[in-house]
Amino acid sequence: MYNETVMEHFTNPRNVGEIEDADGVGEVGSPQCGDIMKIFLKVEDNIIKDIKFKTFGCASAIASSSIMTEMVKGRTIEEALALTNKDVVDALGGLPPAKVHCSVLAEQAIRAAIEDYRAKRGK
Amino acid sequence: MEKRRIYVDNSATTPIHPQVLEEMMPYLTESYGNPSSIHFFGREARKAMDKARERVALGLGAKTEEIYFTGSGTEADNWAVKGVAFANKKKGNHIITTKIEHHAILHTCEYLEKQGFDVTYLDVDEYGLVNPDDVENAINDRTILISVMFANNEIGTIQPIEEIGKIAKKRAVYFHTDAVQAMGNVDINVDKLGVDLLSISGHKIMGPKGIGALYVRKGTRIDNLIHGGAQERKRRSGTENVAAVVGMGKAVQLAVENLDQHVRKMTSLRDALIDGIKERIPHVRLNGHPSQRLANNVNFSFEFVEGEALLLSLDMEGIAASSGSACTSGSLDPSHVLLAIGLSHETAHGSLRMSLGEINTREDIDYILDKLPAIVEKLRALSPLFKQCEGGKVSV
Ligand SMILES: Cc1ncc(COP(=O)(O)O)c(C=O)c1O
Ligand SMILES: [Zn+2]
Repeated sequence: MYNETVMEHFTNPRNVGEIEDADGVGEVGSPQCGDIMKIFLKVEDNIIKDIKFKTFGCASAIASSSIMTEMVKGRTIEEALALTNKDVVDALGGLPPAKVHCSVLAEQAIRAAIEDYRAKRGK
Repeated sequence: MEKRRIYVDNSATTPIHPQVLEEMMPYLTESYGNPSSIHFFGREARKAMDKARERVALGLGAKTEEIYFTGSGTEADNWAVKGVAFANKKKGNHIITTKIEHHAILHTCEYLEKQGFDVTYLDVDEYGLVNPDDVENAINDRTILISVMFANNEIGTIQPIEEIGKIAKKRAVYFHTDAVQAMGNVDINVDKLGVDLLSISGHKIMGPKGIGALYVRKGTRIDNLIHGGAQERKRRSGTENVAAVVGMGKAVQLAVENLDQHVRKMTSLRDALIDGIKERIPHVRLNGHPSQRLANNVNFSFEFVEGEALLLSLDMEGIAASSGSACTSGSLDPSHVLLAIGLSHETAHGSLRMSLGEINTREDIDYILDKLPAIVEKLRALSPLFKQCEGGKVSV
């Protein structure tokens, strides 16, 4: 049902964990299926220096979190904000149609983390 | 341990029994006659059907003329509910069922609601049990049918069918039970149970797929569902799937003959699996009733992990199971059964069903108990809901 890229990210997820003194934290959940994703950011000079995630969810949610962290690490805040769910699904080489909703969390989670970072910095 | 292929999804379907296949083979090859034909090819097929019907009747404690073959358990359920509803609508339009029925009943009832019928969906308790008093209290003077499943396919809870049968009889309301999962795991006698209609399916009892049967007590007012060439004594049309009917007959016979031995074997494997999981993995919840449950059903929720991720990880270790997680349903909702017993969405999300069968061994159980703890631990390490405290104690 899942392709090799998805299964690879599901079995060996990248950037798993938490960052204690994170500059931004975002947590989002799917009200429909119940998957939950949490993202931790370290930002320096507007660049995402480090990113970690934790996900309570299916293979689609876990693989999407994992590949998303790879896609935004080392990128600017603006580049990270431009990331869409479609980019995530494409990078995974596609997801079964019924599983796309679980991957939407990745886009939402990085946005939430950046919002938190901006809010904290604004203070 | 080397990698194995372990099938613990026997409530989804079972492998065909070699003796069943053997009896079916002639009707897939040289004995290809249409049972409605009067020549010897037809008579051969007719004879095989009669024998199968006798076996099913014997297995249920019914008369042969009360057994009708259908294209599936789903069709038997559809026929029972729609057939009784439409045939008795002058008498009333109220149907009583439960919130934990298989979709073959639930979606049929929802369809009937659109046709003007009233349906009461009874609650169940935390173990999935229906209270017979609730059934009695729900009956009104327009009630024409009660449909309560014998054993639940997800959590294995076995309902007090006999008690409900007495109520139905006292109040003169037709009573149907979906015995698709109970067959082969529970002793079934339609008179003792007091049911008027009962559904079974071939592929859950080591018979072929695409065959079911409906028991209809003599004198029950029920409309036909499938109209056509008047097969099945004018009740269910369509040229009979003779090989499948023969297979169903043999499967029922074997299920009934082997019942005691099967239940003993399943119970011992089931309890070893349940106890082993409780011993090895913290934060688990056994879903379903501790004792009034199918001998082959194990259903756990593993807190903080999601069921599909669990299934895929087990799959990679060669273990085939199933889950009530929203992420496996395609409909975005977690299992209606797990919600009905009061689980939160999160807890329902982490459910795993392992349903055992004749093919399983004690080695299978040991293998599962060897692999499962590490899988749960790995997924929990990924979960934002789970935090490991210092000193190895777990907190939420
Ligand atoms: C309780 C119950 N009823 C009905 C069915 C449907 O049977 P079939 O697969 O033969 O249509 C099933 C099978 O999943 C079941 O578990
Ligand atoms: Zn999901």
